[in-house]
Amino acid sequence: MSTYSVSDTAAAAPRATVTFADLSGSYGVGLAASLAWLAFGLSCLYWPDVGDWSRTGSLGIGAIVIAAFILFGTLSADYLGSAGQALRKRAPWLVAFGAVVTLWEVATAKFAWLPLPFFPPPQAILEVYTDDLPKLLDSVLASIKLQLGGYIIGATVGFVTGVSIGWSQRIGYWVHPVLRFIGPLPATAWLPIAFFTFPSSWSASTFLIALATGFPVTVLTWSGVASVSSAYYDVARTLGAKPSFLVLKVAIPAALPHVFVGLFMGLGSSFAVLVVAEMIGVKAGLGWYLQWAQGWAAYSNMYAALIVMSLLCSGAITLLFRTRDRLLVWQKGVVKW
Amino acid sequence: MVVLTAAEAITYPAVGAELDIEGVSHAFDIDGAVLPVLDNVSLSIAPGEFVALLGPSGCGKSTLLRLVAGLEKPRAGSLREDEARITGPHPSRVVVFQDPTLFPWRTVWDNVALGLEAQGILKAQRHRVDEVIELVGLSSFRNAYPHQLSGGMAQRVALARALVNDPKILVLDEPLGKLDSLTRIAMQSELVALWQRKGFTTLLVTHDVEEALVLANRVIVLSDRPARIKADIAVARPYPRHRGDPYLAELRKQILGLLGLEATW
Repeated sequence: MSTYSVSDTAAAAPRATVTFADLSGSYGVGLAASLAWLAFGLSCLYWPDVGDWSRTGSLGIGAIVIAAFILFGTLSADYLGSAGQALRKRAPWLVAFGAVVTLWEVATAKFAWLPLPFFPPPQAILEVYTDDLPKLLDSVLASIKLQLGGYIIGATVGFVTGVSIGWSQRIGYWVHPVLRFIGPLPATAWLPIAFFTFPSSWSASTFLIALATGFPVTVLTWSGVASVSSAYYDVARTLGAKPSFLVLKVAIPAALPHVFVGLFMGLGSSFAVLVVAEMIGVKAGLGWYLQWAQGWAAYSNMYAALIVMSLLCSGAITLLFRTRDRLLVWQKGVVKW
Repeated sequence: MVVLTAAEAITYPAVGAELDIEGVSHAFDIDGAVLPVLDNVSLSIAPGEFVALLGPSGCGKSTLLRLVAGLEKPRAGSLREDEARITGPHPSRVVVFQDPTLFPWRTVWDNVALGLEAQGILKAQRHRVDEVIELVGLSSFRNAYPHQLSGGMAQRVALARALVNDPKILVLDEPLGKLDSLTRIAMQSELVALWQRKGFTTLLVTHDVEEALVLANRVIVLSDRPARIKADIAVARPYPRHRGDPYLAELRKQILGLLGLEATW
């Protein structure tokens, strides 16, 4: 009897608590996010700046607009479809992000807890994006051009070399020792030589980026081709396959998962070379922008450039992964058609 | 499912090729030592015949199949298909291996199309791929990837991939060895039906005496390595055969005796 009465009271209670549970569950985090951004906006507007920054007001208003969007989005998430779901999923991050920028704002622009020229406030970085946009965009384009050219050359050469040495022992005999000797050398070690042997700093940098990309792509393509089960070749041969078919339709598709690991590693090491090459030799690009900003002690410009650079690198890797998921759809447990 | 009915009489349409194995010996070099695997094997198989090779594990049965397929060359002796010497692989002699070895990056349809594509005749003969997928009863799986198939379905795809080439000699290397016993029995009947319908010469390697007796016209019993032919047994029974047939049971007893396993009977 007593157990029944306990569950009876428990069953009676929910009616009143459902809305509260909803509030603290799906809505609560969204509301907290909205509050965090409101706090950020108000912190911009409430206290006076300790320095001279022109964008404090717009940043504060912008933050309040964001807070309003989050509030609106949270309350009507059920009617916004996938956008509402996405907002709900990211709400905890929005809380954390809002809290961090508020703290950042207060610690730099308002009370200068952090030493000032080295730790610029958010509005200073916003100022860079609004006032120095043309130069920053030029740098972004220059970086993308250089990176893309070098990466495509390096990936192509690495892939072809990897397939050749994985397939042909004769080519492997000649290429393997060269690869072992040159490959592990960091591409940046070639910098001084590259910059005076190549006709332009642009071609030198392209070469270095290609080199940094090519080595991991070569090694992983090679190991991918070498590890293809001989049973696949037996099957293809008994079905009448010629050597070209064995390479193009058996070895390469089977090696593709390895190739993508190589492409990923190559992308990582080529970013490092890109930045160093731009800092030292090329008079354009984000690496050069960083160097230039440092020369002028323009720390907010450096942070602004770093943020852009991080977005670009992460975007490039996302793009590579998307391509892989498309091409290697057969590998995954869940197949998308 | 599969619409295959086994005919009563054994017919040999002219599709199959004659296979002559003459005095074939083969050996492997392992760490400098020569390991003989086949010792003077001679065997003549008539067009359209279904021959099973039985022998103890590791005796060299699969090696003989690789030689027939042209994947390796014998150290001595010769193999001929319709009087023409076998010097390399050819789509008229297709092998179905114990593992289906489907290409995981290709769909069922693309896997079956492999042979036609490799020979550069796929464009004109796409309908044959559809037909043979239909024949093995996998039409609704044509766009599936191999990892989505069961073991039996995968082996059916492997069979379809072989059959699409209209082989004259179908070489089967324990193709049902890894299947569960129910699927195995079902696929044995399908295999007989396909063979009767298409008329290709079939060479089957198996460990399973019962399977050999249910499927083959002739059972060749091989010795321990290096393999020699110990017995050549005709199985004069019409299809479909019944596992409980006393004639087959008597043959089974004899064969197990030849393999040194009479005590288990």
